[in-house]
Amino acid sequence: MAMITDVLRRPTGYSGVWGWVTTVDHKRIGVLYGVTAFIFFLVGGIEALLLRLQLAGPDGTVLTAAAYNQIMTMHGTTMIFLVVMPLSAAFFNVVIPLMIGARDVAFPRLNAFSYWVFLTGALLLHMSFLVGGPPDAGWFGYANLTEKPFSESGIDFWVLGLQVLGISSMAAAFNFLVTIINMRAPGMSLMRMPLFVWMTMITSFLLVTAFPVLTVGMMLLLFDRLFGTHFYAPAGGGDPVLWQQYFWLFGHPEVYILILPAMGIVSEVLPTFSRKPLFGYRVVVYSGIVIGFLGWMVWSHHMFTVGLGAVVNAVFASTTFLIAVPTGVKIFNWIATLWGGAIQLKAPLYFALGFIAMFIIGGLSGVMHASVPVDTQHQDTYFVVAHFHYVLFGGSIFGLFAGIYYWFPKVTGRLLHDGIGKLHFWLMLLGFNLTFGPMHFLGVAGMPRRIYTYPEEMGWAFWNLVETFGAFMIAASMLVFLFNFFRSLRQGEEAGNDPWDARTLEWSIPSPPPIYNFATIPTVHSRDPWWEEKEKRRGAPVPVAGGSNGEPHQDEGHGIHMPSPSYWPIVVALGLGVMAGGLLVFASVNLISGLIVTLGGGLVAIIGIFGWSLEPASAGPEHG
Amino acid sequence: MQQAGALGHTPEVEHTTTGLNHRKLLMWVFLASDCLFFGTLIATYLLYRGKSTVGPYPHEVFDIPLTSYSAFLLLMSSLTMVLALAAVQRGNAKWGRIWLLATALLGCHFLVNQGWEFSHFVTEGLTPRVNLFGATFFTLTGFHGAHVTLGVFWLTAVVVISLLRPATMSAKNSLNVELVGLYWHFVDIVWIIIFTVVYLLQPAPPLHG
Amino acid sequence: MSERPQTHGQPHPGPKQYIAIASVLTAITIVEVAVYYIEALKPALVPILLLLSSVKFALVVMFYMHLKFDHGLFSALFVGGLVLAISVVVALMALFQAFLR
Repeated sequence: MAMITDVLRRPTGYSGVWGWVTTVDHKRIGVLYGVTAFIFFLVGGIEALLLRLQLAGPDGTVLTAAAYNQIMTMHGTTMIFLVVMPLSAAFFNVVIPLMIGARDVAFPRLNAFSYWVFLTGALLLHMSFLVGGPPDAGWFGYANLTEKPFSESGIDFWVLGLQVLGISSMAAAFNFLVTIINMRAPGMSLMRMPLFVWMTMITSFLLVTAFPVLTVGMMLLLFDRLFGTHFYAPAGGGDPVLWQQYFWLFGHPEVYILILPAMGIVSEVLPTFSRKPLFGYRVVVYSGIVIGFLGWMVWSHHMFTVGLGAVVNAVFASTTFLIAVPTGVKIFNWIATLWGGAIQLKAPLYFALGFIAMFIIGGLSGVMHASVPVDTQHQDTYFVVAHFHYVLFGGSIFGLFAGIYYWFPKVTGRLLHDGIGKLHFWLMLLGFNLTFGPMHFLGVAGMPRRIYTYPEEMGWAFWNLVETFGAFMIAASMLVFLFNFFRSLRQGEEAGNDPWDARTLEWSIPSPPPIYNFATIPTVHSRDPWWEEKEKRRGAPVPVAGGSNGEPHQDEGHGIHMPSPSYWPIVVALGLGVMAGGLLVFASVNLISGLIVTLGGGLVAIIGIFGWSLEPASAGPEHG
Repeated sequence: MQQAGALGHTPEVEHTTTGLNHRKLLMWVFLASDCLFFGTLIATYLLYRGKSTVGPYPHEVFDIPLTSYSAFLLLMSSLTMVLALAAVQRGNAKWGRIWLLATALLGCHFLVNQGWEFSHFVTEGLTPRVNLFGATFFTLTGFHGAHVTLGVFWLTAVVVISLLRPATMSAKNSLNVELVGLYWHFVDIVWIIIFTVVYLLQPAPPLHG
Repeated sequence: MSERPQTHGQPHPGPKQYIAIASVLTAITIVEVAVYYIEALKPALVPILLLLSSVKFALVVMFYMHLKFDHGLFSALFVGGLVLAISVVVALMALFQAFLR
């Protein structure tokens, strides 16, 4: 095996396309995640516009029924797995090592691997557009809609794409757990960690525990489709409800996987722009832990109308009501953080405030659904669509945009234009409420979800037209953002180290940070270490402690060794993708050719793993 | 600070917050996660236990003496595994390799038994397709077998790499053996559960009538 | 909790203890199989076998995987995952009324 490593020379450069392909630098991987996820955000957004165009008036003819199902499925799947999760991952990557005072994550190459596997899974899912049509069973793929007799090959792409994406998410979650537990700067005890770090840790715990359940559930579905088993097929004694159980066992923790990172971002933005420490830090941390814990105990509230029985429904209704308590506690703490603060109304704070307001609406309609009779009325109506868009768009996406405005200067060295940012905010807020607000009315008026058209006599036309108008307003706000983004990249105001006068360690170093992040690893003495440091300096000028603008210091006699770039993560990711592709070939062509492709992919992956494990982490002269 | 699963790499002295090694921490988090994976598979088996509408049923096909022997093989492989680690930690790479190979061979023997069992079941008419018992049984034990297979490859790789780069099996780098050991023991404890839940606790035969 | 440095409270057991544990594991397995064949124990089969296999499970985890001697964080992580997995299995069995069979 040594020969393989000798033949392929270790990449060393940081420049050019290859510098990005082989990078193991957490900041660059974060940018890759962010840009990729944003492109998929636009794709999913265009899908949403198609849906809204179809529903703008009665008897719409933009999409056929089949196409509507496909676009609807892809919209949901894309927004959850290819937008909110990887955008959160982008922030984990860029921010976590900087916040905890580390030079990289615990496993830099595993980190690169996560990204490339994510891209592979995303492309695999989208390949269905070219071959046989995309999946059409909704983002939760209820059995037995997904069984062979009822759906085309799109479901195979959906299952395998999500399996591959699952590998990516799990690898990233393992990595960040180890990083957060094990790589904090001296003095950063658990109760001194920034809130975003806490929420990332809880999210990662949820990921590593919840994803295996979905993995198994999807594996069984795949076996049903490929090998003719009857896990979810009543014809052979199987139970379609089992899929629902597995899906929501994963799916409800997943809801918190989607929202907790945004909560973490908001918990960073609010104190900075109110010039006050976070109100009730410990309580917010404990609430996050309780939310993560309760997130595991409420899954059947997605299934109140399945007929599991009064006792089961009562139990899950109670746990669901309970989860409102820690969530409410967090909201009060955020508001109390603002109270009496010297508030600076900058764009990041706008989005954070938008998050709080919209999330409260979505949270309230969520608590309504904890009540079984109410939920029975709302089940499968547009009221539910309104609810989860208020928490996922009004919550997660607003929170993530707060993060984009907040950390953009750290990543690029330039500020996004504040005025254009506010225009973006108001357009998005207005468009968002015009789109999803009326869905409450339509839902209560009885308009079902997932219908591709409706007759005029139903009287739903007016609000549907308003919604479509709102959707295009959101699209316009995205154009404003993109303009701001590209404009600011080139001619934005220089940010300097610390444009917001912020509290956490990432603002103590230059923007963009040097490859090694911290010339000297800082020592942490308090919860808002950078504020404390600046306070100290105000008294008497203290020489650079946490940060540095110059060359790396000699660190305990060594230069700073950063892990070298590597080809192997992308090789292994490619091998995995080909293996999954082999199963698709098996599903649609025949066993032999599928087996050949799968084994070929497996071989590539094995070679990649060997190359990976035999290659030293850094190509320093003595560490070879 | 940054040794990412590099089997062949002499780690620098790590400085971590907890004082624990990154890779070992990763392995334990992975095993915690794998608990959920096998938990769900076992749940699937239990939920469909006794729900098959047509045969063959468990009591018609199971060969308890053979499976008990397989269970014994895996238990012994755990012993040889832990002896390998003890040898390497004492600095005895030669016995480390011998015990590791013994572990891998015991694993292979287990897999041969499983292959024989599977093919025997198929000739008896039990396939994943025929009933829920077949579907859940082959899925659960098949994924366990896949874990064993991966373990055998990993054990062999550790031995081969240690021959190419002896430093990887020094007492200082015993972690390379410890990690594969943790994985291997986990596969063993999963079998302890499967052996009891699937083989020894069979559902009552269906009433004919 | 996680701030304290790694401590090895007690030294790991040696080969002798390992072999002793293997003997116990083998003995328990023999008892398990014997119990399976004894008709008189049929009514109590489930609790007996679950108890015996739990003992085997615990022995391997504590001694072969060294959790008894290692850092508490490892135990916390593993036991956390294990408890969650068992809860999922039990909850699902309750939901599907699988205990009644």
